[in-house]
Amino acid sequence: MNGIHDMGGMDGFGKVEPEENEPVFHAPWEGAVMAATRVMGANGGWNIDQGRYGIELLPPDRYLTSYYHRWLARCEWALVKYGYADADEIAAGKSLRPGKAPPRGKFTVADLGRVTRRGTFFRETNSTAKFAIGDRVRTRNIHPQGHTRLPRYVRGHVGVVERLHGCQVFPDSAAMGQGDNPQWLYTVRFDGRDLWGADADPTVVVSVEAFEPYLEAVT
Amino acid sequence: MTDHEHHHHHHHHESSELSETDLRVRALQTILIDKGYTDAAALDAIVEAYEQKIGPHIGARIVARAWIDPVFRQKLLADATAAAAPFGQGGRVGDHLVAVENTPERHNMVVCTLCSCYPWDVLGLPPVWYKSFAYRSRTVKEPRSVLREFGVTLPERTEIRVWDSTAEVRYLVLPMRPAGTEDWSEEKLATLVTRDSMVGTGLPLGPEARP
Repeated sequence: MNGIHDMGGMDGFGKVEPEENEPVFHAPWEGAVMAATRVMGANGGWNIDQGRYGIELLPPDRYLTSYYHRWLARCEWALVKYGYADADEIAAGKSLRPGKAPPRGKFTVADLGRVTRRGTFFRETNSTAKFAIGDRVRTRNIHPQGHTRLPRYVRGHVGVVERLHGCQVFPDSAAMGQGDNPQWLYTVRFDGRDLWGADADPTVVVSVEAFEPYLEAVT
Repeated sequence: MTDHEHHHHHHHHESSELSETDLRVRALQTILIDKGYTDAAALDAIVEAYEQKIGPHIGARIVARAWIDPVFRQKLLADATAAAAPFGQGGRVGDHLVAVENTPERHNMVVCTLCSCYPWDVLGLPPVWYKSFAYRSRTVKEPRSVLREFGVTLPERTEIRVWDSTAEVRYLVLPMRPAGTEDWSEEKLATLVTRDSMVGTGLPLGPEARP
């Protein structure tokens, strides 16, 4: 979806303001939201793409709050969406009926490694990659209503395949509950002036990771 | 609204806002525990892991090793997930880590314009600026002006290579080893490797930073 989350190239957000000696969390609730959300991912409650889509569905004014406010809103939404709590329980702030068993069961301390170490998104397929390193490709001009990982600022632009990452879970399918639908994944590199115009900094080169369905051959 | 104004706005409402947020978060924890999805000890352990165990010190050791060991450097650039594994929490890091090397001709920067993808396994949780709308919107378009806000000015001819993390690939920048550190140990070199230098918004500290 063409949401507020797709920020590459937007103007108006001001300066970047690094904080000296920044703490990991600025309040205990931030860590608590992070942990609660990660637990529901690790026990299989919802996948990473469903989680990201949940944040993208926030109305822009709620999106533009803070990172962990977004996580909190997303966690409440996803618990209801994927059947792990009901809206009246979120409103009441407590459990009113038994829950639904998550696919990987209860998350305990013994499962910590499933949070602290990323899982793999590689999937075996029989297909062969359509593009090779060095190929010129054009990103498709797509505007799906659902989840996609092709940012607006590269759509319709010509780039060069720089790396091939194997077949990986396709977020556009996984986010919509349509399975892994693995697709070849490439790093595609663009000249900054092709993206931002002739006046742009000529020393800038930008890449995205692009799944094969995002790309078409340039002949 | 500028970031500055936004900041003030936030502080102004902080006390009332925080208490409402605290209540919602407590409710969330209660629901998860009461329904048997997890327990309080597991939730605490996750927070503790990111506050105390997993952070940029892991990445700094990987960079320092690459600076002193050319074989390791080659391995890191070829397959960072495998090369970094011994340094990770529990002796592993997850898929799919890629290390990109700075040279006199090329400077690498990492961003996630769509959300906040970041190599948690080797750098810990991202700082607020990495998740900020300003960083996410501007880095792919005007990386040099972003770098100036970090106090970094690069030669005009240096290529700025920006990696937008739009999938499950995670990037670690391998910065250039500071001059004047030729006889330094791996351990001492690691103290010069800042978090920002591994994201590409900073450079490693110079040898003068350590007596």
